[in-house]
Amino acid sequence: MATETNGEAEAGLVFHPMDQFQVTPLFGANKVEWFTITNVTLWMGLTVLAIVALLVFGARGRALIPTRSQSIAELAYGFIYKMVEDVTGKDGVVFFPYIMTLFMFIVVANFLGLLPMAFTTTSHIAVTAVMAMAVFLAVTILGFVKNGFGFLSVFWISSAPLILRPILALIEVISYFVRPVSHSIRLAGNMMAGHAVIKVFAAFAPLVLISTGIGLVVTPLSILAITAIYALEVLVAFIQAYVFAILTCVYLRDALHPHH
Amino acid sequence: MTGDIVQMGAYIGAGLACTGMGGAAVGVGHVVGNFLSGALRNPSAAGGQTATMFIGIAFAEALGIFSFLVALLLMFAV
Repeated sequence: MATETNGEAEAGLVFHPMDQFQVTPLFGANKVEWFTITNVTLWMGLTVLAIVALLVFGARGRALIPTRSQSIAELAYGFIYKMVEDVTGKDGVVFFPYIMTLFMFIVVANFLGLLPMAFTTTSHIAVTAVMAMAVFLAVTILGFVKNGFGFLSVFWISSAPLILRPILALIEVISYFVRPVSHSIRLAGNMMAGHAVIKVFAAFAPLVLISTGIGLVVTPLSILAITAIYALEVLVAFIQAYVFAILTCVYLRDALHPHH
Repeated sequence: MTGDIVQMGAYIGAGLACTGMGGAAVGVGHVVGNFLSGALRNPSAAGGQTATMFIGIAFAEALGIFSFLVALLLMFAV
């Protein structure tokens, strides 16, 4: 990404919109090894600290009239608990801690990434792919452990006409194996695209410093666009975490009850 | 053969891949529009189906994200 030509001075594009996703070592090292402390490590650590601050210290008081942090923690808990119970059913509630962990990590990482100068860890496919592969493997193993080879009936849609069933089974098999790909790329792609769009408009914002003629029109418009897209991104940050969690619940329901 | 024409093809392909996002936009709009038209007919049942709507949005959107991924791969990886 860094090798792209990014210095068209007359257009005002002085930085590349994808530069914000570069993984850089924090402490002087030049090469990124698996053990190097990078900005991804820093922001993941901050995410975990923020979750601990909210869920452990925020809800510690257990007051009858909750404080603000306690009510946010209780709201998140109740929201995810109800979602797991509604989508996977009563026997899926044992997986509530896993889904709560996924949701809290993604939503806090997304919101921290919206801070100016912050790094969005969930914009990297490497991060989301690990989470999606963990969900995929867990669901597949769980399905075979709970149902034996009866789990394969998830591909055999018994409510469809008999002639259609082999074709549908093929489509179901393909869509089953595409799950980890779409599950991870949905989150990473949404985060990456939104932040890149903000940066594209941010590159047009200082145009008034270069040419006062067209800049007087473009600069207010781009600042307005950044504000609007930022508001959209706050919404997307929550919705994508919610979608990731609810799709995990849907996959779990398939593993627990494979019969359509 | 210089790399210029290959790069030009990659950029044209990246631009063409972005038309897939329009399809995703149509799909998401279709899902939400139909949800809303159903929800306004029977508002008492709408609340329980919001999760289903989001699942539908997620599936429709995934294919648009794939085209975005293809564009990104053409821009930066090929």
